[in-house]
Amino acid sequence: MASGVLRTLAALGCGLVFGLGLAISGMMNPAKVIGFLDVAGDWDPTLALVMGGALLVAIPAYRVILKRRRPILSGGFSLPAEEKLEAPLIWGSALFGMGWGLVGFCPGPAVAAIVTVLPAVLGFVAAMIAGMALHAWFSGELTRRKRSSGDTAPNPR
Amino acid sequence: MIGFAVALMMLLNGRIAGISSIVGGLLTPKSGDMAWRVAFVVGLLLGALAFILAVGGQTPVDVLASPLAILMGGLLVGFGTRMGSGCTSGHGLCGTARFSRRSIVATAVFFGVAMVTVFLARHVF
Repeated sequence: MASGVLRTLAALGCGLVFGLGLAISGMMNPAKVIGFLDVAGDWDPTLALVMGGALLVAIPAYRVILKRRRPILSGGFSLPAEEKLEAPLIWGSALFGMGWGLVGFCPGPAVAAIVTVLPAVLGFVAAMIAGMALHAWFSGELTRRKRSSGDTAPNPR
Repeated sequence: MIGFAVALMMLLNGRIAGISSIVGGLLTPKSGDMAWRVAFVVGLLLGALAFILAVGGQTPVDVLASPLAILMGGLLVGFGTRMGSGCTSGHGLCGTARFSRRSIVATAVFFGVAMVTVFLARHVF
């Protein structure tokens, strides 16, 4: 189980570098994020450099890494297999965009900002987790309904 | 640094560093799948904390929205990222970096809607 411990430590280290990056870049500040999203107002494009800079590293790195047979600490790559563009992807992203524009927090910076213990941050993260739980419950309920209607279908009465 | 973190996560663990999926996965527990998620979130908190301590607490985190908007926004971000299978890190960064069509479309949608929302909130209402 040594590789399990190493995987956990690797995740801790990656989270740490990620959190540092968010804090240094200003992504953790909703006022700055809104200034970046506000293209019609006093537009502050500096966060585009953060996103662009991260992509500039990630694109070539992924190219090289994904040519390997497997990652260093794990048996295989866990990549999303789905390739179709379905409605939930679009609608979910639209709802997310609405919330992001409303407050200026997306999930990473919001979680990282918990350390400020500001009531506004804690309230946002609590609501976000409630939203995630609501979705988990909702999709569980849907599959349950589908399954039970499937069970009764061959036996009509 | 964010790019390095994302690359390292793929090189070592073979995982997408998508925050909404990492946190969301904690809500639907599967055995053997929890430790790395908790560790990543703890790392995220420690990274942010380290920076705040290093600069002597001078990190601005200004939430301008009203309490009602904060709660509404939180619900929308939580529900929306799970329904759309990703957020700024998962789709915007990891997905775009491997040229996933789904991620590029999702990123265009949430950036577009966010910009329209900010426009409406700031310049119309």
